[in-house]
Amino acid sequence: MSQDVFVVAEHLQGKIDDVTYELLGKARELAGQSGGHVVAVLMGSGIQDQAGSLGAADKVLYMEHAALENFNPESYAKALSHILEQNKPRLTLIPNTSMGMDLAAAVSVKNNLPLVAYATDVQFDNGQVVATSQLYGGKINVESVLEGDSSVVSVLAGSFPADAGKQDGSPAVETVAAPDGLDQTRVRFKNLIQPEGGDVDITQQDILVSVGRGIQSEDNLPMVEELAEALGGALASSRPIVDNKWLPKTRQVGKSGLKVKPKLYFAVGISGAPEHIEGMKDSELIIAINTDPEAPIFEVAHYGVTEDLFDVVPALTEKLKS
Amino acid sequence: MASNKLSIDPDQIIEKEHVVQEGMDISGQWNRMFEQRVIWDYNTEMLDKVTALEGGESLGYCYQCGQCVPVCPVNLVGDYGPRKIFRRVQLGEDLFQSPLLWQCTTCMNCLRVCPKEVDMIQIMPAVRQEAVLQGYVPEELQQAFENTFDYGNPLGESPKKRAAWTKDAGVPVPIMKEKKKADVLWFVECYPSYHPRGIDASKALARVLNELGVDFGILGVEEKCTCDSQRLAGEIGLFEEFAEQNIKTMKRYKFNKILVTDPHALNALRKEYPKYGGKYEVVHYTTFLAPMLDKLNFTNKLNYKVTFHDPCYLGRHNGEFEAPRQILQALPGVELIEMFRCRENSYCCGGGGGGMWLDGFMADHVSERLSERRVREAVEVGADVLAVCCPYEVSRFEDAVKSTGNEGKLVVRDIIELVVEAMGAN
Amino acid sequence: MNIIVPVKQVPDLVEELEINEDGTDLDRDYLSYKLNEFDEHALEEALLLKEEHGGTVTVIAFEGEDTDKALYTAIAKGADRAVKITNDLPPGTPNHVLAKALASVLSGMEYDLILTGVQAADDRDGQLGVLLANYLDVPHVSVVSGVAPNNGAVTVQKEYAGGVMAEFEVDLPAVLGVQAARQTPRYAPVSRVRQVMRQAEIEEVEASDTEAEVGSSIRRMFKPEKGAGAQMLEGSPEEIAEQIIKILQEKGIKK
Ligand SMILES: Cc1cc2nc3c(=O)[nH]c(=O)nc-3n(C[C@H](O)[C@H](O)[C@H](O)COP(=O)(O)OP(=O)(O)OC[C@H]3O[C@@H](n4cnc5c(N)ncnc54)[C@H](O)[C@@H]3O)c2cc1C
Repeated sequence: MSQDVFVVAEHLQGKIDDVTYELLGKARELAGQSGGHVVAVLMGSGIQDQAGSLGAADKVLYMEHAALENFNPESYAKALSHILEQNKPRLTLIPNTSMGMDLAAAVSVKNNLPLVAYATDVQFDNGQVVATSQLYGGKINVESVLEGDSSVVSVLAGSFPADAGKQDGSPAVETVAAPDGLDQTRVRFKNLIQPEGGDVDITQQDILVSVGRGIQSEDNLPMVEELAEALGGALASSRPIVDNKWLPKTRQVGKSGLKVKPKLYFAVGISGAPEHIEGMKDSELIIAINTDPEAPIFEVAHYGVTEDLFDVVPALTEKLKS
Repeated sequence: MASNKLSIDPDQIIEKEHVVQEGMDISGQWNRMFEQRVIWDYNTEMLDKVTALEGGESLGYCYQCGQCVPVCPVNLVGDYGPRKIFRRVQLGEDLFQSPLLWQCTTCMNCLRVCPKEVDMIQIMPAVRQEAVLQGYVPEELQQAFENTFDYGNPLGESPKKRAAWTKDAGVPVPIMKEKKKADVLWFVECYPSYHPRGIDASKALARVLNELGVDFGILGVEEKCTCDSQRLAGEIGLFEEFAEQNIKTMKRYKFNKILVTDPHALNALRKEYPKYGGKYEVVHYTTFLAPMLDKLNFTNKLNYKVTFHDPCYLGRHNGEFEAPRQILQALPGVELIEMFRCRENSYCCGGGGGGMWLDGFMADHVSERLSERRVREAVEVGADVLAVCCPYEVSRFEDAVKSTGNEGKLVVRDIIELVVEAMGAN
Repeated sequence: MNIIVPVKQVPDLVEELEINEDGTDLDRDYLSYKLNEFDEHALEEALLLKEEHGGTVTVIAFEGEDTDKALYTAIAKGADRAVKITNDLPPGTPNHVLAKALASVLSGMEYDLILTGVQAADDRDGQLGVLLANYLDVPHVSVVSGVAPNNGAVTVQKEYAGGVMAEFEVDLPAVLGVQAARQTPRYAPVSRVRQVMRQAEIEEVEASDTEAEVGSSIRRMFKPEKGAGAQMLEGSPEEIAEQIIKILQEKGIKK
């Protein structure tokens, strides 16, 4: 049994995702408590040089295989299961992302490891791993104790600052042999589909006015657009708006959309589901309008208004214009 | 389509040397005649689909006199009316999949003037029910149906909070579950239970009932939407589900009559519930209060020019035009002025028959909302208060006051709010 | 294609959630339950696939409050069979246990595809679909928003961040965690639901295996602190607008 804290690195199109650094930063702190090392697990093909960007880790375990060139729920889970089986780390942190969802529960079953998901915090408490999950649409936090001497926690992106984990350096890279039959999978990667381009890049905007389901109908969109214009910003949205095809996918903020960090994020009729908050909580200033005083958006907002957006938005636009 | 005759077929024009009619030679210099027009030349498939439905029959009675069109509130802001619907179905439009199906607010002004009794109040729900079964239901409406089924109210609010408004009503609002027996069972309904402006009116009525010493109780969390508007929007199953539940609930309690705030509840409880075994004496609060006005002490002079909008389901549907006016006229300082369209010919706020949940849909088919049109009429007659007594209207008209730029000129008040205002503080 | 859709009732977030006295669970006496919204999408996608390519849709749920209503509604929407697992697995049972129970029921059934909602509001110990797939040892892909049959396999789209999607080909049988169906979940007219309630039958089965190692337990539940939360602006819409503009000016966002 080891006291190491493992972090599964997530990457897409040759780029390590920020969530990896968030977890590395946290892992440093945790490894300090457990007295183990921070080990980053990097799986891929021809991306060994990425290990250099994982300087916050003491060691990088690198598994190279053609079947790992692109993320694949089956080959990646097999590979990770193999690595965890060999190393039995004290704790493994996996991003609770689209990719991580396919890994964490899989290794929990394959390797018979306890798993707690949707974590926003992880601690050692009297030698036990304690994870805090954000459940019930962000309305309830649940603190779980994980048993045994090896366990897995999947962590929501945006839970920890990425800076702490962003260290260049040259951690020891240890290449791990891939398990047999890694390319014999029942899931086969075909290709990546890029979002249609040509629209405003909301990640590059200083000011975003973001609309949610509270807007009720597509017809009300121009009203919010006018506010965005008056503020000199762009329109973004929660997912239902994109699902309804009222705005293109490129305007979606959140887990399955884009992560944004504008100077001002103005949330209009957005409840603040964790998947949405994940994409905007790092904004410098967040103002939210929502008629429900209990809406979780107010937990991340700096200023809140519990009035009808149909009253406040036009009033504000008018004042800004005059 | 087989043969849509928009002009006269040349084959039907016959020139005759002699014209003999009923044994009489009526030949003249000009003997051109038209053969009888064969109305079954139309492919009646689409019309048959409607008239075959129970409730849909009367669409076939239309002889296109067109009386209904100028009185249709939707036609005033769009292109609508029973005659137009008939004609387009006759020409082959499938009403079940047509946007025509969802614009009718079942206001009943057409039936009032129709010599053939083409009854949209029957036709619309019958056809809509089929459309809903086939999956053609506008999304906004679907949401309201789903909310109603899940929570017993179309707003999607917690059923446990149905009586939450009573907490700060300032007066006792007894719950039947504890009280068991009362002279008057007040059926509050959804918007008066949940909508902030509906709640204002509920609190006002609670105060007046207390002031009058009425022995009353409400069903609280046991009350479910009567679903009259959902029924008219085509969800008869939803209506039946909750009618059965409400009737079962009310069976547990003793009361003499039901008092309603909502004319849509009045319509359901009075006309539809008996079909399901629930027979009650039901009164709208205006009818209930009008004879008791002398028991109220009005200390506050209002000085308002008030115009009154007759709710479709109180006036035309249930024949009450006087009580609201009696109340308004009894309030000190109130000058009642009528709009051009009033009483039997009153306009419609647009909320009935499912219109409450078709706002975005309607916007695509009308030049302005019905509520906006009505608000402008109220402003035109110089009113400074638009008085209403249906919970759909307060929110619709207040919104319309804003959207028509009449803020500051006109306010919207439920009659019961004006009563309480006239009663003065405490 | 024969599709199985396991569905789960979750606490309805429309109600305020309260925590029980010892702070380790929700106060379930006052909860109401609702079908997990992602499961609604899984069902819709299953029905679309059936309509386009034939086959059957079977919905499976665990017995609990309002389960029957959810199952009858699914039949009213077009599902062919409804099955209820009758073991005593109260709400809040960890997903590892539910997945194990499901796996033991499903291993006796024929299926090509299992569609589950990608996640649920109470997935504390991981997503049901992925756990299930691993107990059954069939392939899985989660966060799926497009499924199309393709010569005995399916082609699926998985959503990543930033609007990027990955396309995979998955051999059958497989488990897919559905994020969004191609269209809004359809409406089940209540008259049809009522008719189904009178006529249709819900099959009952007992899961043979409900023993799973969860390996974690809840120590404490609490509501997120509001303390650090938003400072509320009050007043008329105009007054609020003025306050907002002042804040924007202070932060140098608006001159
Ligand atoms: C894997 C996954 C990925 C996801 N990715 C994303 C993502 O990238 N982005 C995202 O946004 N979501 C995402 N979601 C969906 C997320 O869970 C929520 O469903 C979604 O964010 C809710 O959007 P909303 O806040 O607009 O709608 P709702 O939750 O319906 O909130 C609407 C809010 O408007 C308020 N409101 C209503 N009327 C008014 C009014 N008149 N005035 C003021 N306020 C009003 C209401 O009180 C309510 O809080 C994802 C889910 C999953 C499972």
